[in-house]
Amino acid sequence: MTDTSATTPTEEPGKTIYDELPDAPPKKRLRLSWVGKISAFVVVFWVFVALFGTWLTPYSERDYIEEDRTGEFFDDPTFMVPNAEISSYLGTDYTGRDVFSRIIWGARTTIGISFAATLLAYFVGITLGIAAAVAGRWIDAVLSRIVDAILTFPNIMLGLIVIAAFSGQVFFNPISDAIILLVGLAGLVYAASVFRIARALGQDIMVQDYVEAARARGEGLWWIITREVLPNAAMPLATDFGLRLVFVILFISSLSFLGLGVPPPIADWGSMVRENLSGLGNGFFPREGTINAGALASVAPALAIASLTIAINLIVDDISAQSGGSLAKKMV
Amino acid sequence: MSDQPIFACHDLKIEARPHGKDPIPIVKGVSFDVNPGQVVALIGESGSGKTTISLASLGYTKPGLFFSGGEALLKGDDMVSLGSSEKRERRGEHVAYLAQSAAATFNPALKINEQVTESAVIHGHMTQEAANVRARELYEALELPDPDRIGGRYPHQVSGGQLQRLMAAMALVEKPSLLVLDEPTTALDVTTQIEVLKAFKKVIEEEGSAAIYVTHDLAVVAQIADHIVVLYGGEVMEQGPTEQIINNPTHAYTRRLMAAVRPRPAAGQGEVTSDEHLRDVPALEVKNVTAGYGKNSDGTPAIKVLRDVNVKIERGHVVGVIGESGCGKSTLARVMAGLLPAADGQVLLNGDALKPALRERPKSDLKQVQFIFQMADTALNPRQTIGDIIGRPLTFYHGLRGRARRERVLEILRLVELPVEFEGRFPAELSGGQKQRVNLARGLAADPEVLLCDEVTSALDSIVGANVITLLERLRKETGVSFVFISHDLSTVSSFADKIVVLYAGRVVEQGPVDQVLTPPYHPYTRLLITSVPEMRVGWLEDTMGTREALAGISRGVTITEVGCPFFDRCPMAIEGTCDVIDPPRREDQHGHGHILECHREIEELMGEPVAAE
Repeated sequence: MTDTSATTPTEEPGKTIYDELPDAPPKKRLRLSWVGKISAFVVVFWVFVALFGTWLTPYSERDYIEEDRTGEFFDDPTFMVPNAEISSYLGTDYTGRDVFSRIIWGARTTIGISFAATLLAYFVGITLGIAAAVAGRWIDAVLSRIVDAILTFPNIMLGLIVIAAFSGQVFFNPISDAIILLVGLAGLVYAASVFRIARALGQDIMVQDYVEAARARGEGLWWIITREVLPNAAMPLATDFGLRLVFVILFISSLSFLGLGVPPPIADWGSMVRENLSGLGNGFFPREGTINAGALASVAPALAIASLTIAINLIVDDISAQSGGSLAKKMV
Repeated sequence: MSDQPIFACHDLKIEARPHGKDPIPIVKGVSFDVNPGQVVALIGESGSGKTTISLASLGYTKPGLFFSGGEALLKGDDMVSLGSSEKRERRGEHVAYLAQSAAATFNPALKINEQVTESAVIHGHMTQEAANVRARELYEALELPDPDRIGGRYPHQVSGGQLQRLMAAMALVEKPSLLVLDEPTTALDVTTQIEVLKAFKKVIEEEGSAAIYVTHDLAVVAQIADHIVVLYGGEVMEQGPTEQIINNPTHAYTRRLMAAVRPRPAAGQGEVTSDEHLRDVPALEVKNVTAGYGKNSDGTPAIKVLRDVNVKIERGHVVGVIGESGCGKSTLARVMAGLLPAADGQVLLNGDALKPALRERPKSDLKQVQFIFQMADTALNPRQTIGDIIGRPLTFYHGLRGRARRERVLEILRLVELPVEFEGRFPAELSGGQKQRVNLARGLAADPEVLLCDEVTSALDSIVGANVITLLERLRKETGVSFVFISHDLSTVSSFADKIVVLYAGRVVEQGPVDQVLTPPYHPYTRLLITSVPEMRVGWLEDTMGTREALAGISRGVTITEVGCPFFDRCPMAIEGTCDVIDPPRREDQHGHGHILECHREIEELMGEPVAAE
């Protein structure tokens, strides 16, 4: 179908040659729909903000630009910015920090932690999942039951238990401790679902003739996993990575919302929503001369979470729709 | 009404429109008529557009394809330009489609009757009761066993041939004026194919509907079609009445199609046994092998697929293994390759016993026996280039790397008659026949003693398959490799094998040189297989159905038995009380040709007339 010249008989002196007709399907290039394109733009925007945004913000996430006359929250005067320009885009939060700057700093925290956690989940999940698919027997049975056990707990509940168990212990300093704990926790919780997908994909591929051909050749396990199975699982797994990242972002944000995330003064979208909940009743911007948060201080980070997660979701949908839904089926 | 064709294509054009590229014409102006009661065959290779054209009668194109010109008139209405609801009204009632694989068409979770009657009831043309009556009528017309109750079964509870006929019932339930059959017998064994063809022919005659029959098999077409349209590359090469096309083809392409049809199996076709590579020990020998799947507590297989099998493969020979599906052909090859360790017995390579399991075999033994899988589509890793696929055995077995490996890959590509540019391509960019060549090349790269070819031409069109066979013949002569060629197609095997092994339900019922196996005395099963190979002659189907082999052996499945002759229940010469309880004796011929058959009947009783007409 791709080569029209092959479908017409070739004339040669004396005889006519009929070529074998190619039955290769025309190569399909991935083309996003306009929804997909907008979504891709949103995702690229947030990634850019997370990577470079902190150099462009007017203030740091720790900077107080509004004077705290009550002295209630003002713990460290070194962060007080003298003669700060208050007319910032999104107003100030409940302690007088610049919401606009904190959302940009929060992008780095939220996306960074989620990305690291998803990577960890993928590393652990794929390694064990493919191992279970290839080895089978008792290795598969033991790993699968452990994963089943993890999956029976609601994620948030599991998160609460683990964080509670580690609370009160300081290893390095509270902030880096919290980040390591969050990455490790989300990574392991989501490794369970990645395991499921990797195992199912692996089992699918293991019964393909080309894997059997490799086995008949006498190839070892390492070759079969790295050369025969993984390359064929890569595309569906890459698409699933997007979805999994969304779940992790929401998970981390939920924990932060409950106050179990990154400790203050580090900005994080989930904790920003919670900190500034009181501002919801105050109109968009805080009243002049007070350090009350405005509604935007809480709504803006919520919108940030929503825009990023929905955009990733739409891209994944677009890709799976183009692959004939076969990817989507595998990811349930 | 009667002078108007049921379906007429006028200058039909269909094209593919890939993103950002110029449209590619798939069907380039095709015209033909289907008159009432007429069966028109669309014949051509894959890629010739025959399925695309047949789907146009339903006003349907596969995704990515578009009608770009012409008309497809169904009873005078242009299916191309009708709206989707109008198309829907006509589908089922006026035109019905019968896909290639019945197994994939039926929903395994629903009973057969529900699925057969579904379209009539959903369209509101019949009540459930009326549809049930109609379905029962069709089951009877299609000669299905137990027509009263077969509808209450689930698809997995009936045989493949029966399911294929049930699918015809599904299509016919609304009495469509036009039936579109897309390769409905291609995937079937020869014996099942006869049973299905006969039922289709009868039901089409009785119902008086017209039909479009899509296939690449000329011998099948000769039995069922009134009119033949020969297609190549989306264009009509030639069309005319069946008698004329079969007997006096005028177009060069039709003649080429005819040339690819193998002659009927008969003595004298096989290779003159080439002994130049012979040694005193056979390259591969299977000794008293019993094998199967699952495991009983005493270590014997739960399902015994092979029972006490003995086969010798001499060096440089081609051994054809034939039998219907379910006879254990692939299992035998898997035992030879070590993919399935034998429960009992031995596999000897050059006289030395091979370890039963793969893991225990050293590389030097693994290299000697290479397995070529049936479906090149699934046997080649889609993420590896052709160069990597062929190069891997070179590195793995022979330690070749870098330039040496690359040069050898190109050499092997030339050996299997593929352009060297294919080195960097991926399997998806090749045609079916080209992929099968790569599949073979990978086996050859190991430089083996024995190549096990499992139905390597069965999934290919006749022309492409014939090319692959020619290649195999050349390779055998040049390399001295022994081939085990597994196939259900006796004519392919007999045209180039030295020796034939006839397997039935896990037993070797007859084996020997091609000439001996294909001349009397025949084992009754061999006789059935030879009788069932379609002949390219009008009227063959009716003649064959009258033979006693067909009466006894057609439309029965393969059953594996623990004792006696497994062919007992399908044999026209079976002796009750003997054949079903006592293992048949091995009868060897006196001339020392190595012709062995296992039967309770005396050689004289098995002589009979030769079945292959010259």
